[in-house]
Amino acid sequence: MSYSGKVVQVINVHKEYRRGSERIDVLQDINLEIPPGDFLALMGPSGSGKTTLLNLIGGLDTPTSGTLMVDGKRVDRLGSGELSRWRAANVGFVFQFYNLLPTLSAQKNVELPLLLTPLSARERQRRAMIALTLVGLADRARHKPKELSGGQEQRVAIARAIVSDPTLLVCDEPTGDLDRATAADILTLLQMLNREHGKTVVMVTHDPKAAEYAQRRLLLDKGTLAEAREIHVG
Amino acid sequence: MKYLPLVFAGLFRRRTRTILTLASVGIAFLLFGLLQAVGTAFESGADSADARRLVTIARYSMIEPLPIAYARRIEQVSGVVAVAYADWFGAKYQNESNAFPVFAVDPARYLAMYQEFAVTAAHRDAFIATRTGALAGRRLVDRYGWRIGQKLPISSELHPKMDGSMAWEFDLVGIIDAEDPAVRGNTDLVLINVKYFDEARRFGKGRTGWYIERVADRSQARAVAADIDRLFANSPDETKTQPEKEFALGFAKQIGDLGALVTRILVAVFFTILILTGNTMGQSLRDRIPELAILKTVGFSDGKVTALVLAEAVALLLLGGALGMAAATSVIPLVNGSMGGRFPPLFVDGGTWLRAAAIVLALALAVGVPPAVRARRLRIVDALAGHR
Repeated sequence: MSYSGKVVQVINVHKEYRRGSERIDVLQDINLEIPPGDFLALMGPSGSGKTTLLNLIGGLDTPTSGTLMVDGKRVDRLGSGELSRWRAANVGFVFQFYNLLPTLSAQKNVELPLLLTPLSARERQRRAMIALTLVGLADRARHKPKELSGGQEQRVAIARAIVSDPTLLVCDEPTGDLDRATAADILTLLQMLNREHGKTVVMVTHDPKAAEYAQRRLLLDKGTLAEAREIHVG
Repeated sequence: MKYLPLVFAGLFRRRTRTILTLASVGIAFLLFGLLQAVGTAFESGADSADARRLVTIARYSMIEPLPIAYARRIEQVSGVVAVAYADWFGAKYQNESNAFPVFAVDPARYLAMYQEFAVTAAHRDAFIATRTGALAGRRLVDRYGWRIGQKLPISSELHPKMDGSMAWEFDLVGIIDAEDPAVRGNTDLVLINVKYFDEARRFGKGRTGWYIERVADRSQARAVAADIDRLFANSPDETKTQPEKEFALGFAKQIGDLGALVTRILVAVFFTILILTGNTMGQSLRDRIPELAILKTVGFSDGKVTALVLAEAVALLLLGGALGMAAATSVIPLVNGSMGGRFPPLFVDGGTWLRAAAIVLALALAVGVPPAVRARRLRIVDALAGHR
């Protein structure tokens, strides 16, 4: 099977959790292909498995069975250390609650992924400033998270996600904690990163308005995509 | 080094809590430094003891004097290469609180025996040549502002002069110093010439307090000690001879087993610190579970996150320990100054710093390993799920 031309390939992926003796099938026989430069919105009700699928794609979790290829790499077969290195190099993460380190400035938060590289302090700082400039927050570089608004915090989180120039951005409810206008700004920013910088974006959202910014929308329900409606946006 | 800001960011996330914990650790190590200095000072006599030196006292009590004439007989014992003797003067200077040891000695014999004392040749010669001469320790000279050539008016609580007066006067002809701090602790004394002292005192003429012998071979020290005691067996002045270190330790133990007391206090202090810092680290980890999950998310391996948490524990204890030890080192000169010379000078030696470093490391591991292991086992999806 050729994986060329696909950033993400999810093949017959199954994920189950065990709670005591009870087995919970969260994802069942998921098959999905995401081409480079795609902006995919994963939608579905709570408990449908969309965050679990996002975690698998981002390498935060491993499937119980099935194959997960990201950028030609069998992610499901990587050990913990390899997976950490792979995430650092290939995936940027954006979460609903930003998850910035409160004691670090915006710039230091953005620099975090670069600490794992051999870059000099000056180069790390330069790249962090480029990322902050891209999200429109260069003038807030020295501010601590508590000195920023929610929208600004999410922009810093996006800068942190793109600073190591990953292929893939995975976003879990990135606008879930924001008001409508700020959410629109964040989604426009993600759209810009997708369109102008070629980032492949996979976004989980339960908000149809947010999903409208994506090129494609997939609906997950009860752990399956089998009956998903795939909506292509012009 | 590039992870240091991250370590300190974690450490000072709750600034007040961390500062209070640091203060507690600092105070514990201040106490450690001071108590160790007390122990070191009281044991410095034993530490600086020469394994080739023996001390001979009267068999039943060290306050019983021995004949000075024993010197020549002890010199004849096989294995003995040098003999010196000293007598306790029982001095007070100016007032009751200014007490320091004054020993009546044969200058040449005594200085030859204690070659670790730094005395210039001119001062040595002057002491030998001057019947009323005296040598004083550097710290005493500095403390009382004495100058060479001046008269030292010193009273004795034990020895009246022929006229019944307890007031004696000596000529300060030189200074005793030492490079080694452990030896310097033993130089807080004044040596006077036994020839003048013995002639001028009313009672106890021809007798001295104790003998010090140097043996040729340290492995033969106990055998030589037994030979010395055998020499005076069944005489009116029987002797008890023992290695100098044993003698010094026995002397120090007369004020109680200081080492055991210090150890018990410190065990209690450090156990409290263990609980306190362990609690701080545990709380700190619980507060930061989502942040640690984010570090793992962006690519920090389990090992790196474990090391970061452990480094926080090390940094907390290292910082607190260094502050405490630095405070102890700074405070000790003040403590010494306030003692008026009644106790041996306190000092923080290299051994104390090494022991402090070892305690820091042990405490850091004890309080750092459990949260570090917990951080290592943290599953990103579980940790983030708790934050959604």
